[in-house]
Amino acid sequence: MFLQHLLNGITIGGSYALIALGYTLVYGVLKLINFAHGEIYMIGAYLGFILISLLPAMPPFLQGSLPLFLLVVFGIAAMICSLYGFYLEKICYRPLRGAPKLTPLISALGASIFLQNFVMISMGAKDRIFPQTIGMRAISLGGVSFTPLQLTIIFSSIALMALLYWFINRTRLGTAIRATSTDPFMAALVGINVDTVISVTFMAGSFLAACAGVMIGLYYGSINFTLGYLGGIKAFTAAVLGGIGNVPGAMVGGFLLGIIEALGAGYFSSEYKDVYAFFILIAVLVFRPAGLLGKRSDERA
Amino acid sequence: MNARNLRHDLFFYLGILLICVPFLKIHTLYVLPVFLGAWGLRRFADFAGENRLMVTLRERTVNSVLAHRRVTVGLILAVALLIPLGASDYLIEVFTSVILYAILATALNITVGLTGVLVLGFIGFYAVGAYTTGILTAKFALCGFWIALPLSGLAAMLCGILLGIPALRLRGDYLAVVTLGFGEIIRIFLTNLNGLTGGPNGILGIKRPSFGLFTLDHPRDFYWFALAVLSLVILIVARLVDSRYGRAWIAIRENEMAAGALGINVFRKHLLSFSLSAFFGGIAGSLFAVKQGFISPDSFTFYESVLILCMVVLGGIGNVAGSVTGALLLIAAPEFLREFSLYRMLVFGAVMIAFMVFRPSGLLGSRVIAQEIKDRADDGP
Repeated sequence: MFLQHLLNGITIGGSYALIALGYTLVYGVLKLINFAHGEIYMIGAYLGFILISLLPAMPPFLQGSLPLFLLVVFGIAAMICSLYGFYLEKICYRPLRGAPKLTPLISALGASIFLQNFVMISMGAKDRIFPQTIGMRAISLGGVSFTPLQLTIIFSSIALMALLYWFINRTRLGTAIRATSTDPFMAALVGINVDTVISVTFMAGSFLAACAGVMIGLYYGSINFTLGYLGGIKAFTAAVLGGIGNVPGAMVGGFLLGIIEALGAGYFSSEYKDVYAFFILIAVLVFRPAGLLGKRSDERA
Repeated sequence: MNARNLRHDLFFYLGILLICVPFLKIHTLYVLPVFLGAWGLRRFADFAGENRLMVTLRERTVNSVLAHRRVTVGLILAVALLIPLGASDYLIEVFTSVILYAILATALNITVGLTGVLVLGFIGFYAVGAYTTGILTAKFALCGFWIALPLSGLAAMLCGILLGIPALRLRGDYLAVVTLGFGEIIRIFLTNLNGLTGGPNGILGIKRPSFGLFTLDHPRDFYWFALAVLSLVILIVARLVDSRYGRAWIAIRENEMAAGALGINVFRKHLLSFSLSAFFGGIAGSLFAVKQGFISPDSFTFYESVLILCMVVLGGIGNVAGSVTGALLLIAAPEFLREFSLYRMLVFGAVMIAFMVFRPSGLLGSRVIAQEIKDRADDGP
């Protein structure tokens, strides 16, 4: 039973981690929390739904090969969501750079409400059911049952994290992002275009969030326009748990939160499943604001 | 306006429209006029900001209102008192809602506007107040409304203190998220603690208060009662703003470190403003419970928190009159625009962004904040 909960927790945790990375990356370069990030994830889920529903209309070579088709779905959803991230930054954050902290926070909240209602109006307030595509037949192995879908989700989330790690640590743009998050002023002095870096950061975060959205849609089978609110809060908790601004921290925090939630729901009470995240959030912020892997900084939270 | 500007705008809006395509259905093509409107407003804002005539006109109006403050307040109060005499019962109910939200917005303004602390779970205090009254007067019928009313305020205040002691050590965004978590935790507990709160079904049969033989049954009487409470709350807050406490709060908002260096106990002043605002939130909740006669967790969602925040932002952060104006606009206006109720929250979101970007000080903004934002923008990041 324990292993079963653990596996379910890791599946969910992978997507929490992907969303949490978006929070952490943006916090790194701008030192603010992108409150509308959860909505990007929700939009990703809806784009996944729209694209997968289009399967019968796809060219035959895509219909024939499921992995290729899923890759295309993930790719297109992620691209469009990156643009959402780009515009979000451009409209809600860029004009407010340098303003008091309350101002971008409220505009982000506004963006979050706007996007949520935009999707609600166009896609309807009812749950949307994902078409069944990938195998849901459970495989049992040593008392633990899992579906091929679960394995796909776990592996693709790990692959995406590896991709991000490579991007941050091995590419020129990644180096620029790291430089900007260390010291934006110095980064500008050595010739880094800070505006571009910030845009790219938002786009990278949205890319990952969109993938997480498609995964969650496939995993739960149904999506709703309010998905982004709770998902966003939980991923934020994961980012704080690992230490906000810290990339490996967000990954660890995401998996940890998923596992805690699955174990909590399994052994205590599933009615209070959503409360665990909030309690962890408050506890971490109060007792160790720097998170598990974060450095203690002078400016407290 | 030059051609380059126009081209830039065109690309900008086209790009947004393009990414919206997957979600566009025929009726969502309403988005188009929204874009056109946004573009027009932006141009108008540019024009109004620079045109001398517009600027002087605006300043004249503001100055004359400020010069005759007592007269203005008296006039508004007189109109508010007379409304129920000419209005239908339905309209009176709407205005009673406006008053309840005005109390909430005024209360939230103490933390958001005066001390500069963003609270996103304010509805939690409202819920605690409403449920305290519901449980005391209806569920277990322990006491009457007049005892439950202050107890509701105190219960919310206690929650405020218990939350504030750990949470107020955090700053800005983190504090906002912790308060959001608080609001959610309250709601989830209300839904699941069946024995105490009636679970998802809530509490029924909360009676209207009475003065001896005289019951506030008629909407009109209850309206006047709520108006009296609102006036009292506004009076207290307005006096506080001018007191030592208010000055300390504003000093903290403007620069926490400098305020601390001047000998202000920042944490205690924060806690005071937080618990006071929770207290008024609880009082409003109690009024809500007796107004509706029925409460359930559905009335206390995150959206309500956002709605109240919207009022504060729209009216002008840190401005008491602004909070009331915000409540009036956001509660009364949708009642008259029922056909557009689907688009209400969509518009709220857009308005919140627009105000932050173009007019962070709100409709009746306090000058201090506006100046501060301008100065910081001039200094650069």
